[in-house]
Amino acid sequence: MVGRDGSILPLELSRVGFSAGGRPLIRDISLRLEAGSRTLVLGPNGAGKSLLLRLCHGLLTPTGGSIRWGDGAMAAEGLRRRQAMVFQRPVLLRRSALANIRYVLGLMGMPRHRRQAAAMAALARFDLADLALRPARVLSGGEQQRLALARAWVMEPEILFLDEPTSALDPAATQAVETAIQDFHGSGAKIVMTTHDLGQARRLADEVVFLAGGALEERTPASIFFKGPASARARAFLAGELVC
Amino acid sequence: MHDLAAALSTAASLVSSLDPRVLAVVSLSVQVSGGAVVLAALIGLPLGAALALFTFPGRGAVVVVLNACMGLPPVVVGLAIYLLLSRAGPLGELGLLFTPTAMMMAQTVLVLPIIAALSRQVVADLWEEYGEQLRSLGAPRGSVVLTLLWDGRFSLLTAVLAGFGRASAEVGAVMIVGGNINGVTRTMTTAIALETSKGDLPLALALGLILIGLVTVVNAAVFMVGQAAKRGMG
Ligand SMILES: Nc1ncnc2c1ncn2[C@@H]1O[C@H](COP(=O)(O)OP(=O)(O)OP(=O)(O)O)[C@@H](O)[C@H]1O
Ligand SMILES: [Mg+2]
Repeated sequence: MVGRDGSILPLELSRVGFSAGGRPLIRDISLRLEAGSRTLVLGPNGAGKSLLLRLCHGLLTPTGGSIRWGDGAMAAEGLRRRQAMVFQRPVLLRRSALANIRYVLGLMGMPRHRRQAAAMAALARFDLADLALRPARVLSGGEQQRLALARAWVMEPEILFLDEPTSALDPAATQAVETAIQDFHGSGAKIVMTTHDLGQARRLADEVVFLAGGALEERTPASIFFKGPASARARAFLAGELVC
Repeated sequence: MHDLAAALSTAASLVSSLDPRVLAVVSLSVQVSGGAVVLAALIGLPLGAALALFTFPGRGAVVVVLNACMGLPPVVVGLAIYLLLSRAGPLGELGLLFTPTAMMMAQTVLVLPIIAALSRQVVADLWEEYGEQLRSLGAPRGSVVLTLLWDGRFSLLTAVLAGFGRASAEVGAVMIVGGNINGVTRTMTTAIALETSKGDLPLALALGLILIGLVTVVNAAVFMVGQAAKRGMG
């Protein structure tokens, strides 16, 4: 984004595998995630969607294969600062909503005297200005998720990972989160997201990455995927059948 | 029964008359134990947090030793500090033996493992919950130590209180390194031990009641402050 040299994208996975306790959980996934588009990762429970996101984001280390960012020359520290992740249930610090944002601005290296205004602006953007001084942990689920998005927003990520960000939210809160995701997309951020809400996937996806049993079944433009996916498992999944 | 009634009335009159000798003993006890707890917290909280967050070879052994040290016998710690501070000891030059400073040192050693071990547990549990999020935000380990100490502040308060309880109830260590010198190093616990051995059971019991009352007041105050802050923080 602005003022930064080089892009960390594309993100390239080559034959990435992950096993725990001797069980292969992610098998041999090769995938190139390009800048700009919104990639929805779909698949049944236990397919490995969350694991894939955590591997990409660097929270887990692959036990096989490799993950490469951009030209492959960037330092790990710099990479982390240019990505953000929103979890199903955000972990907020035991301090006010505003202080949660200021904390991240501090990590980003913003000088102290500028943090307050920047944090307020981010809260206002996500409709949280009135709640700025409330302890983050007493906010409702929807408000907490918006706060997590505001926190990600100030990081100005080039890529935003979201793992079922709306699975615990009501329709209005879900709508607000989707709008926020579109804002991230509009600002140029790459979106990589999982959801079990197929309507939401239709609304947001440019392309679909479909996983089953830890393996990549197919990767298809959204317009095609929702009309007729290539793999039998994805067809069964869309038809609401059990897939294993 | 008779002793208890006598003790209660002695305690009441000691407190109400603000007997200066009793006040001196009480205030020395508070200074020694309070100082020891503050020192031990300053060292033990970051130490415990670091033990929870940084992995290094032998960490498991360190944790086991630390946990075991929660039960260090006060007399043994007192003896060790005595040897350290005695005229022939390595720190004999400082002339600290039989001073309140020596007593504070001994109690710091006693309290430190409790605060460090309990805060290690608190911070390790918090890291379970916060770890991925903080790593995702790119927080360096050094700042994570402070973040988690602050977010665990309510539980950590309990760890510090446990340390205060241990320090204020302790008699063996302060007796050895302080010497129970009247007006100089006499604390509530050493006074109780002395009065008991002299046979003045009501006075000993009265001092005991004052000590229990004091510890209760400190705990109640901390509890109320903690509850109020917690209600606000969710
Ligand atoms: N640390 C771990 N150790 C062992 N097994 C694990 C571990 N983490 C995940 N798994 C297993 O890996 C599989 C994939 O998990 P993952 O959380 O990625 O699924 P998912 O596709 O996100 O499912 P859901 O839709 O339910 O969120 C599951 O069977 C899970 O039990
Ligand atoms: Mg998942």
